[in-house]
Amino acid sequence: MATKVFMEALSPTMEEGRLVKWNKNEGDAVKHGDVLAEVETDKAVMELVARGDGILRARLVAEGAAVPVGTLVGVIGTKDEDISALTAGAAASATSAVTPSAPAAAATPPTNAGAAASAPTPPPAAPVAASGSPTLAPAQSAASLSPARTIASPLARKLAGDKGVDLNAIHGSGPGGRIVKRDIEAIAAAASAPGAVAPPRKAAAGDYEDVPLTMIRKTIARRLAESIGPIPTFYLTAEIDLSRAAEMRAAAAELGDAYKVSFNDIILKATATALSQHPEVNAHWLGDHIRLHNRVHLGMAVATDDGLIVPVIFDANEKGLGAISKESKELAKKARERKLKPEEYTGSTFSVSNLGMMQIDQFTAIINPPEVGILAIGAIEDKVAVAADGGFEVRKKLRVTMSCDHRAVDGAVGAKFLQTLRRLIENPLLLVH
Amino acid sequence: MAPKKKPETNGNAALHKELLHHMLMQRRFEEKVAEAYALGKIGGFCHLYIGQEAVSTGILPLLRDDDYVITTYRDHGQALVRGMSPRSVMAELFGRVDGCSKGKGGSMHLFDRNVNFMGGHGIVGGHVPIAAGFGFAIKYRGGDQVAVCFMGEAAVNNGAFHEALNMAGLWKLPVVFVIENNKYGMGTAESRSSSTKEMYKRGDTYSMANALVDGQDVFAVREAAAAAIERARTSYEATLLEVRTYRFVGHSMSDAVSGTYRTKAELEEYMKRDPINLLKATMTAAGELDDAALQAMEAEIAAVVQDAWDFADASPEPPLEALYEDVLVETASS
Amino acid sequence: MPVITYRDALNQALREEMHNDDRVFLMGEEVGQYNGAYKVSKGLLEEFGEQRVVDTPITELGFAGVGVGAAMVGLRPVIEFMTWNFALLALDQVVNAAAKMLYMSGGQFPMPIVFRGPNGAALQLSAQHSQAWESWLAHIPGLKVVAPGTPYDAKGLLKSSIRDGNPIVFLEGEMLYNTKGEVPEEPYLIPLGKADLKREGSDCSIITSGKMVLVAMNAADQLAKEGIKVDVVDLRTIRPMDTEAIYASVRKTNRAVVVEEGWEICGIGAQVVDFIQRDCFDALDAPVLRVHQADVPMPYAKAIEKAAKPDVPKTIAAVKKVMYLEA
Repeated sequence: MATKVFMEALSPTMEEGRLVKWNKNEGDAVKHGDVLAEVETDKAVMELVARGDGILRARLVAEGAAVPVGTLVGVIGTKDEDISALTAGAAASATSAVTPSAPAAAATPPTNAGAAASAPTPPPAAPVAASGSPTLAPAQSAASLSPARTIASPLARKLAGDKGVDLNAIHGSGPGGRIVKRDIEAIAAAASAPGAVAPPRKAAAGDYEDVPLTMIRKTIARRLAESIGPIPTFYLTAEIDLSRAAEMRAAAAELGDAYKVSFNDIILKATATALSQHPEVNAHWLGDHIRLHNRVHLGMAVATDDGLIVPVIFDANEKGLGAISKESKELAKKARERKLKPEEYTGSTFSVSNLGMMQIDQFTAIINPPEVGILAIGAIEDKVAVAADGGFEVRKKLRVTMSCDHRAVDGAVGAKFLQTLRRLIENPLLLVH
Repeated sequence: MAPKKKPETNGNAALHKELLHHMLMQRRFEEKVAEAYALGKIGGFCHLYIGQEAVSTGILPLLRDDDYVITTYRDHGQALVRGMSPRSVMAELFGRVDGCSKGKGGSMHLFDRNVNFMGGHGIVGGHVPIAAGFGFAIKYRGGDQVAVCFMGEAAVNNGAFHEALNMAGLWKLPVVFVIENNKYGMGTAESRSSSTKEMYKRGDTYSMANALVDGQDVFAVREAAAAAIERARTSYEATLLEVRTYRFVGHSMSDAVSGTYRTKAELEEYMKRDPINLLKATMTAAGELDDAALQAMEAEIAAVVQDAWDFADASPEPPLEALYEDVLVETASS
Repeated sequence: MPVITYRDALNQALREEMHNDDRVFLMGEEVGQYNGAYKVSKGLLEEFGEQRVVDTPITELGFAGVGVGAAMVGLRPVIEFMTWNFALLALDQVVNAAAKMLYMSGGQFPMPIVFRGPNGAALQLSAQHSQAWESWLAHIPGLKVVAPGTPYDAKGLLKSSIRDGNPIVFLEGEMLYNTKGEVPEEPYLIPLGKADLKREGSDCSIITSGKMVLVAMNAADQLAKEGIKVDVVDLRTIRPMDTEAIYASVRKTNRAVVVEEGWEICGIGAQVVDFIQRDCFDALDAPVLRVHQADVPMPYAKAIEKAAKPDVPKTIAAVKKVMYLEA
């Protein structure tokens, strides 16, 4: 009996995967567990493993092609068995799926056979299973790393799989938001409706360069557009004095290399502590209720060549400065090397983004739904300030801007959090007191 | 009717030998069964006939092959006298595929179509209406067979007994109902469960001939049975016989022989009237039996019983497929 | 084609089978001289005589046992229970004897016997005379359980039951005896274990049997007026159940409602739902719902008795619910 090889959902939010590289050729013997190919997901490059033994009889998708989750990409079987029935169907769907996902011209809205999220939007989406949120995980279990469980009838699931529709992008019309057959049919019908838009006057070749969207880029675009749209956001900025933090940092450095910490580490630690004291900000907006988290899982934005990714420091409030420092370095390294596993970049309760190293004085970050806030950290500057005796002195200052989801967080609430944060950073002794 | 005590010693030595052989066969077989149970070769419930041998022996040899016999779960003795092979009975007790019920019934459900042994039933009183059904069918077909139905005295208090005897009396069915009154319904003495001490008289309620019989005297049983069988065969009339007997063992293998609901003294008193000893005494007095003959008979019976054991032990358990067999018959056509 | 009552259909079946086979006899309370409590056996005593149409005392356990004995020695009894409520008294013979005889005798004694009578509620007969027993009996291996809902099915199924050779529980209905339908004059048989698709539609499957077939058909008619077209799967035989027919319907419609006369807990609908969820899980767009009697003994007073029973409005509401439509 032949084993079918499918494009699998290798990350919780993956809708399509790009087959970057085949590790086995047609005719090679494969065993259960062997790596068949490398697949680029929305977040990282993952391994697609064989789930059966035999000969890799067919590779149905070319290197570089992106196909929806659920597409048949290969067949493992015995040397002689007839797999024509399997490959016949696959050929038809493979050709349609192999289209590059790039927009032909700048103004043409990107259409993609697989990503139904680009179809005319259905009714407002239920909380999307974001890359950083354990939406339905019970608070007391170890940070549940599975995304929100979408409620759908068995038939709807099957149809969604068959048609390549993303259940996470739909709000079902059944009881409790259950996705049912008619919802899938509606989407499939709409997706197949022609959506051609006439391109504007053609720019001459050589005037531009088209860069295909990587999976990460696509995901960032989709998700953060969803974020800034429906979330009523307001921003709070505070300027924080780093003098004592600087003293602490210098003192740590004196103890030896093993104890060196960065300002960012201190800020992360302080943020985590402040969050543990302000659960109303360490929270998720879940549509019909707000979940206040008791544990602090701090997402830490990291820039990579492909785009932004947010690995998580779990229980950051319970970790010492040294642990945070170590972990944040490791995660950043992994992120840049595209080696993060899904459980490492999902599950955050609040996120932090730091552009200070690029001399950005201050900026407003976009909230990572369903989190209710995000902290944007700007550059450290030496500024002239009024001294205690009325004279002037130079002090290190830093501006943080907090973006708040007004559905969950009011101005005073956000402000109180920032007050605590400022106090902790300006009096780092409080971190251990 | 008072119990008759006249022994039949009119010199029918061959018949007497046959009767003794039946009783000894049951006794030795049941003793071997007890041994097998203790060794774990027989499981579940196992009800021994020891002490009651004269009842089956007095009645069953009088029947024709085409008559029907139905009884309770205390069925080993009756099965043997009716003509079932010791091999097939022992194999059934051992739960093997060569048992009469292919190992699917066990001790309480011995059946053999070939000798019209209609079971072996587990629900007290439940089989009594079924016996009436045999009587109904015999009459329906205009035949002259007879159905013999054994039951314990505790079944007599049961609704099914009442309904069946009422119909047998009302419709005049050719059934001989035999109450084997061994005094105890499991652990309850008849005096604590029955409103009348004379159970046979309940036959009057059903306008049915009835009699009380000394169950330890094989000749008395035989005489009473002959009359009842004749009555059924010739005039479709039922009879209720109360046969007073005694079991020398517990109700079943899980029941103590004595000391719980009956005293050892009582047991020993009754064992003085062991039916086998009574018959032996009669035969010896009439010069029909000597030590040599008895020893020869015992040896032959021992061999048969051992053979039955060996046969049963060598027979395999039913295969897994047997689990699903014989739940329903295939429907011939639809 | 003649249009006759369910009662007459049964009468014809009995008559034909008693003619075909001398071994077949009818036994029960009032079946002979009274011509049957519900007149199902009208005229049979006159035609076949006392030996073959036997009036009994009021002794369900006793005469059920007589039937078992007669079947054991080769006759083919049809044992009538005036209602299945009373048959509870005979359960020892039906369950401990008839259902088990073949198995525990190692195949030696088949039980060609039919236990028949009206099952379930009529009108205002109160708690002890209104019970629907099919699930008790459907539980037992060694029995077959048949529940015809129309005159056509009643005749064909009773004939097949008498010929089947196994112990059959045959469930009729007081409220069905007067219903009418087309029944051919020529003899015909309906196989046991085969359901019948009495209405076709692809919006929803209604699975039902016995008295509830009428309820389902009426509901189907009303739904059709609203443009909703349902399959009505009449099981006809409860044990063994025609699962293939159920699956074929549910795979087509993706949703199902069971309409059953019995109570909720461990009712036959629960078994239908189990079969469906095992085989048609991926085909289901909604949970399977059941319409059944309220979980109470049947009351006497008219309005609350009506409220206790499954009916057309409840069936329609269930269908709409599984279709995610407003009621």
